[in-house]
Amino acid sequence: MKKHLATLAAAATALALTACSSGNPLASSAPASSAPASSGAALSIVVGSANFPESEILADIYAGALKAKGITVSTKLNVASRETYVPALKSGEIDLFPEYTGGFSKYLSADADTHDEASALASLKSLLPDTLTALEPSAAQDKDSITVTRATADKYSLKTIEDLAPVAGQFVLGGPPEWKNRALGVPGLKKTYGLVFKDFKALDVAGPLTVQALKNGQVQAANLFTTDPSIKANDFVSLEDTKQFFGAQNVIPVIQKTKATPEVTAALNAVSAKLTTDTLASMVTKVVIDKQDAATVAAEFLSTNGLG
Amino acid sequence: MNLLWTWLSNPENWQGSSGIPVRVAEHLAYSAATLFLAALVGIPLGLWIGHTGRGRVAVVNLVNGVRSVPTLGLLFAAVLVVGPLLGGDIAFLVPSIFVLVLLAIPPILAGAYAGVEGVDPGARDAARGMGMSSMEILFRVEVPCALPLIFSGLRSAALQVVATATLAASVSLGGLGRFLIDGQAYRDYGQMAGGALLVAVLAVLVDLVFAGVQRLVVSPGLSPIRSARRVRTRAQLAANPT
Amino acid sequence: MKWFLGHLDQVAQLMLNHAVLALIPLVVGLLLALPLGWLAKRYRGLYSPLIAGTGLLYTIPSLALFILMPLVLGTGILDPVNVVVALTVYTVALLVRTVADGLGSVPDEVVQAATAMGIGRLRRFWSVELPLAVPVIAAGLRVAAVSNVSIVSVAALLGISQLGSLFTDGFARNFLDPIVVGIGACMVLALAMDLAILLLSRAATPWLRTRVAA
Repeated sequence: MKKHLATLAAAATALALTACSSGNPLASSAPASSAPASSGAALSIVVGSANFPESEILADIYAGALKAKGITVSTKLNVASRETYVPALKSGEIDLFPEYTGGFSKYLSADADTHDEASALASLKSLLPDTLTALEPSAAQDKDSITVTRATADKYSLKTIEDLAPVAGQFVLGGPPEWKNRALGVPGLKKTYGLVFKDFKALDVAGPLTVQALKNGQVQAANLFTTDPSIKANDFVSLEDTKQFFGAQNVIPVIQKTKATPEVTAALNAVSAKLTTDTLASMVTKVVIDKQDAATVAAEFLSTNGLG
Repeated sequence: MNLLWTWLSNPENWQGSSGIPVRVAEHLAYSAATLFLAALVGIPLGLWIGHTGRGRVAVVNLVNGVRSVPTLGLLFAAVLVVGPLLGGDIAFLVPSIFVLVLLAIPPILAGAYAGVEGVDPGARDAARGMGMSSMEILFRVEVPCALPLIFSGLRSAALQVVATATLAASVSLGGLGRFLIDGQAYRDYGQMAGGALLVAVLAVLVDLVFAGVQRLVVSPGLSPIRSARRVRTRAQLAANPT
Repeated sequence: MKWFLGHLDQVAQLMLNHAVLALIPLVVGLLLALPLGWLAKRYRGLYSPLIAGTGLLYTIPSLALFILMPLVLGTGILDPVNVVVALTVYTVALLVRTVADGLGSVPDEVVQAATAMGIGRLRRFWSVELPLAVPVIAAGLRVAAVSNVSIVSVAALLGISQLGSLFTDGFARNFLDPIVVGIGACMVLALAMDLAILLLSRAATPWLRTRVAA
């Protein structure tokens, strides 16, 4: 009985402490990030990025293009996955984000039609929350892919994702943790291609864990980005997406409506006009393989294209 | 709270290869392997230092240095360096256990060393007077007397390891950290809170087991309950002497 | 090394962020732990539940605490306040025991002598018990400081900019240099804070030095 009391008291202390700290005076002195920008004050924009190098490069490009127009910019880079940063976009903690038409649509609604560029863009525009808007998409695409090693592809003569059907039961699929439940992940692969893998292994967002796991045979198939230089470097094979499951994935700036002034819109659309899949892939190569800074690569892009 | 309960009470979460029992077992396996390896290094080294008084300064500084190594950074570095050298599932397991072992050694080492060093000199002299050899003094007098502190070192290492083994999930391993990482990835607060709660409960249970063993092993003459309090602070001091 | 020299500014900025995120909780945590530790020492019955309860807080994994904080505080997910409050919780968890034990280490005779001299309870605490407990409290504070520096880096998984960002950045690019620099910078920061607390505690306890000198 005495023990029980002690445990109860301990729990109460823990609760009380949490309560104490929630009354922390610091909380009130924090910058009120959700406060709407007053129209009179100078415009300031917070650019965010997800936790993979390409997203960071794109965010740096957006930030640089806006800075060149004399707009105050700050960045919040490497903000995990959509599941974390979309709420931050909705709450106004982040104003501007480099997104992908198909991926974001599928995130907002599992049934979104994203099979080609036009449908993906239309889906995104209709699904975005009222406070957000999508500007002009770029020609640059970076798709998710199901990728296997050359050896696996040869052994099972795999060319397309459809070819996986007979062997999926023996394969472990690797991808970012959110793939387990996402429409654009395990459930979607089952629905679209009828693929049921032996198991799913949560790795990183198409980063070194995924590459290593694929190389050393922990997984037989994995999610990598089509712009990823490590596909070429390791002689991996990305299987063809015959049913357009991953759909169109054009890079597109998504921004708070209140911040999308004509000046901002023009600056970002100018970036989109210059972005192609090849330039994007070569920038990712510079950052991931040549170990250059994302900011440096972004600045180089801006200056070559007369944007910054 | 509701989310937490919904997650915990969903029978689906208690089944299969990613169910709670499997994750708890994985978590315990990582923690046990870590503690075993850390004790294998930390206890003999601590006893030796406490017994001989040699290498004290060097080890204390080393322990302080190790403590200040950020676990996440070390884990990432270890995975990048060691991972490609190994094949299969151990490619990520070995670096993770290595990092956890490094984390667990300082408290274990400090406990063992402070325990032996703190043994009443009178007891030591008496043993010597009885004609015991240096090794006999160590194992028949110093170690038994140092047990409360050795245990306190083990227990604080266990707490730390159980709480930190969650990091293994950030490099694709299992354990309760899976619930935190996956919960974060798909914004399932119930799963995250559930995972955190399970970690805390597990840590407390492990501590209780150690407390039970300690009660069985430690001589009642050392009144473990009373000394345990002073002892923990002393173990902290030992790790960070002024 | 080349990478480090080329990124001095960035590392310095991240280190500053890191230091702020680790230091504020240390100070706030100490201020909260003082009364709690005093309570634990003053009322024996409270000792076990307070120590056990605060100890329990320490077992909550940091990543979970960072992410669940917004639910408790109503802050945004990217607000650094989440990290500050979470670390304050850890600091309190570590320090309540130290403060209680530190106050407990003050010899009874000293307290009695102070009482006999007519010193009131509050003044006795501030001018007699607390100063004498400084060495023990400082030792706990040093452990907390070093552990805070390590835990702050975990917040990089959420995109909060500090030295941990070098870990996530390096890892995402399979690039060891930033990770190694980040580890080094964290260690330097931890040891600097450790040293600062040590010096402060020495300065606050001049009588210990004179005793050694004599």
